[in-house]
Amino acid sequence: MNPTWFPRLLATAFALAAACAPARSLADENPAPAHPELLPVFDQFGGKPGLDALMDDFMIALVDDPRTRDYFAEADQKHVKAMLSEQFCVILGGPCTYTGKGMKEAHAKLKINEAVFNALVEDLQKAMDLHRIPFRAQNKLLAKLAPMHREVVTMP
Amino acid sequence: MTPCNRTRSWCMACTVLLGAVGAGAHAQSGETRVAPTAAESARPDPGVFGSGKLILTGGVSPLEGAAGGGLTPWAVIGGQGTRDEIGASAFYTRVGVQDYHLDDIGVLVGFFNRLELSIAKQRFDTEDVGAALGLGRGFTFSQDIVGIKLRVAGDAVLAQDSWLPQFAVGIQYKRNDRGAVLDAIGARDDDGVDYYLSATKLYLDHSLLANLTLRMTRANQIGLLGFGGDRSDRHKPQLEGSIAWLLSRNVAIGAEYRMKPDNLGIAGEDDWYDAFVAWAPSRHVSLTLAWAHLGNIVIEDDQRGLYASVQIAL
Ligand code: HEM
Repeated sequence: MNPTWFPRLLATAFALAAACAPARSLADENPAPAHPELLPVFDQFGGKPGLDALMDDFMIALVDDPRTRDYFAEADQKHVKAMLSEQFCVILGGPCTYTGKGMKEAHAKLKINEAVFNALVEDLQKAMDLHRIPFRAQNKLLAKLAPMHREVVTMP
Repeated sequence: MTPCNRTRSWCMACTVLLGAVGAGAHAQSGETRVAPTAAESARPDPGVFGSGKLILTGGVSPLEGAAGGGLTPWAVIGGQGTRDEIGASAFYTRVGVQDYHLDDIGVLVGFFNRLELSIAKQRFDTEDVGAALGLGRGFTFSQDIVGIKLRVAGDAVLAQDSWLPQFAVGIQYKRNDRGAVLDAIGARDDDGVDYYLSATKLYLDHSLLANLTLRMTRANQIGLLGFGGDRSDRHKPQLEGSIAWLLSRNVAIGAEYRMKPDNLGIAGEDDWYDAFVAWAPSRHVSLTLAWAHLGNIVIEDDQRGLYASVQIAL
């Protein structure tokens, strides 16, 4: 083997990335895809009452955090908390219906970059820690939320 | 959902780099404007020097300057910068085994979660072995490493709906300061280039992070003993792997393995492996402690000991 394989590999990698790019669909993703297999995680969150209580502290953290404060300070917090609770409930296989907007629609007019997205995730982690939700259970929920960055992150 | 969706961030990085799209672009779209709500007027922190990455996702402890685990680079771009930010980090690592120790410092800059530039300086102290070999007690080999790493595809952290890892390619140019001694032990060169391809994925469902790196190298003991030798002088493929289990938001434990070539007739070389614990007391600081097995080094067999590293990231 000699080092000339490397530029070729690089070229292949770029070609692959380029070929993949236009494959993005424009249709909105389901904002609350149900994962029945996560029902045990739903229980670890304390069911729907647990989620409702979690949202209270999540919202407090969001309004406390200078990185996210301006987005939520004057929003209809009660409504957002209710929608988040429904959304997480459905995702975790719980017996709920999500009645809110799609993720693209809900965030389209907001200026959200990846750092702000990560800030919100961090605040959610802090709230989950506060509610003593096991770390592994937290990650199972976050794994379902993380791909939503494609619809939630609106900039650049 | 195609696995290729992730590559959108690639295009976004391009727009940032080219500065083509202003942040207000979609405010002008056709619809009649009503006064924006407070939330709509909210803006991210405007600075380009970011600290937006999730904790521990920028690597824990570089050895050769490139962000990654203790023994091997990962496909992640170091520093705390996201795709519209610049990040940076600095590290100091000390490895102490029975008969030698290594001091290692370096800095890296990560651009838009796409490109990483790094420099590192390693000083390998031969302690009493130096005297035994007639070089003098505490004889040191130093090596400078300049690295560049480019993320080519994938998203290790956010694309949790795809099992596909994040890929990066990298180059490390290494130069050793002891040409004459290296010559005497049979090394062909005092400088050399490593090429690598890394694949890294956070499997959040399982709280696991896995990395696999394929490196083409002719370095002896990662370059501390020069490049090429009497047994072989060619770049050879070597595999390196890390696995880390996240125990909490800021603690991970794991293990690593690094294959190495064995080019020098008089100084047999073994693969390296370690078990580590990494702790990030804040988003900006991480500490790594490892128990490392480094095998034979020159004339001393079965070298093992503690690897300690501190990293500060912005
Ligand atoms: C995975 C991440 C996120 C999820 C799952 C999520 C979910 C939701 C949901 C369910 C709603 C309510 C939709 C409705 O009114 O029907 C909402 C609204 C909202 N979200 Fe998010 N969101 C995420 C990230 C973010 C981020 C990063 C920000 C900015 C810091 C943000 C800011 C807002 C605001 C301000 C509203 C209220 C908008 C309004 O008043 O109409 N969200 N989000």
